[in-house]
Amino acid sequence: MTSLPASTERSLGLVIDLDTCVGCHACVVSCKEWNTANYGAPLSDQDAYGARPSGTFLNRVHSFEAVPESGGEVPRVVHFPRSCLHCADAPCVTVCPTGASYKRTEDGIVLVNEADCIGCGLCAWACPYGARELDRAAGVMKKCTLCVDRIENPNIPEIDRQPACVRACPAGARHFGDLADPGSPAAKLVAARGGFDLMPEQGTRPVNKYLPPREPVDLLAPLLDPLPQSAGGFLGWLDRALDKF
Amino acid sequence: MHPAPSIILFTTLSGLGFGLMAMLGLGAGKGEGWIAATFCALALGLAGAGLLASLFHLGQPRRFLKAFSQWRSSWLSREALLAVATLPVFGAYAALWSLAGLRLAALGLLAAALAVATVFATSMIYAQMKSVPRWRSPLTPAIFLFASLSGGALLAGETRPATVLLAALGVLQLIDWFRGDGRFAAAGSTMATATGLGALGRLRLLEPPHTGPNYLLREMVRVVGRRHSRRLRLIGFTAAVVLPIALLAPGAADHLTAGLAVLAHVVGMLVLRWLFFAEAEHVVGLYYGKR
Repeated sequence: MTSLPASTERSLGLVIDLDTCVGCHACVVSCKEWNTANYGAPLSDQDAYGARPSGTFLNRVHSFEAVPESGGEVPRVVHFPRSCLHCADAPCVTVCPTGASYKRTEDGIVLVNEADCIGCGLCAWACPYGARELDRAAGVMKKCTLCVDRIENPNIPEIDRQPACVRACPAGARHFGDLADPGSPAAKLVAARGGFDLMPEQGTRPVNKYLPPREPVDLLAPLLDPLPQSAGGFLGWLDRALDKF
Repeated sequence: MHPAPSIILFTTLSGLGFGLMAMLGLGAGKGEGWIAATFCALALGLAGAGLLASLFHLGQPRRFLKAFSQWRSSWLSREALLAVATLPVFGAYAALWSLAGLRLAALGLLAAALAVATVFATSMIYAQMKSVPRWRSPLTPAIFLFASLSGGALLAGETRPATVLLAALGVLQLIDWFRGDGRFAAAGSTMATATGLGALGRLRLLEPPHTGPNYLLREMVRVVGRRHSRRLRLIGFTAAVVLPIALLAPGAADHLTAGLAVLAHVVGMLVLRWLFFAEAEHVVGLYYGKR
């Protein structure tokens, strides 16, 4: 059914910390690796070793530069992972003509039943975040499943029962949890750090939250000896002699 | 958005076909026997060709029957159901008219209502998209409906109604261009709201996530051709609206003039439909620093 559930028992999702993301794309690679080999059609590539490589990915990392309006300050670079936000009011679900797209009542995960998908692409048009990509080889829509085949999988070690991107992140910038439960570590993180929604004006009510970059603080600099500005001995003589030369 | 030829052909041809069905159902089109059969076959042929063209943009066209199931929530599903409901109703009306010379007004009205509803459902697929602000307006269904009905009136040889409908289409199109150019800005989505990083300062994309193209860029971000949009607007508007009105102005048009008016209108509508897609900007482009 492509009608959205009025409410879900849990709201599983990701919390992405834009302060700690280092832009290494490990989440992109691990997502591709897990999801091409497991649930659903593989994530195909076209012309992978040619001049115009292109492929299906469920997670992409953009890098933005912010130049402070005040001027004089150093521009900041923020790495920005982008994937499905598992919206409460997911516009991708209601436009689906076949019922292939749905939002799970038990945990709020937005999924595609690939056997029902006709590959019309309308859900991808309806998504403001570009979370869905039509696979060229399979002709069906692919999207983040929040690794449904990991998070409840009794056949893998408990430590691995989280989305592949979260497991892979070397900076600890990705967190997974129930955002409807205010007591969950993920929800506490959102509350403590002022987590926000992407494009709230689109009215999609995303489950995934992003944590803003903190003010840049260099913790180590004050503890280090300052670099010597002048040298003594032979190097000092050479420095002075070359200045006069 | 990417102007896919299959979707442009589908919306234009099926729009004409359903418009002609609506007009014939309302009693337009003079003649009986072979003439009536030709009118009806043209309407069914155009609508059918359009519906066939729509299958070509599906990734899994053999599963198209599943698209009839979600009419409660999906405009695409409603469109499919309405289109398939219109064809047999109009077919029955057409058979009675061309074979028995009997034009049942009630059956014709029902066929016309279904045909108009089909075109409305098609237009709502686009008008509902919050992610494409240019489309999200009551003017989108209005333009689709008037384009369909004016094309139908032209094909049915109804000179006077065609002129009035074309004039209305022209006015609506001009208003939509005037207002549509500002809708993206009015919707309020910017790179700052897309990333939530506006407080840090002026934003720009430093590095894209991938160096090659992907589905999103191919489908949703369109740069080529937009720079010609002003010229294409003029060409499309002249061909679709101005030329047919001018050709039909003298009154009783002969077959050649009427044929030229129809040809100009169809070519113009194809250009306008191409622009409808090519000019539409999807908010996902904000993540790529593109529109």
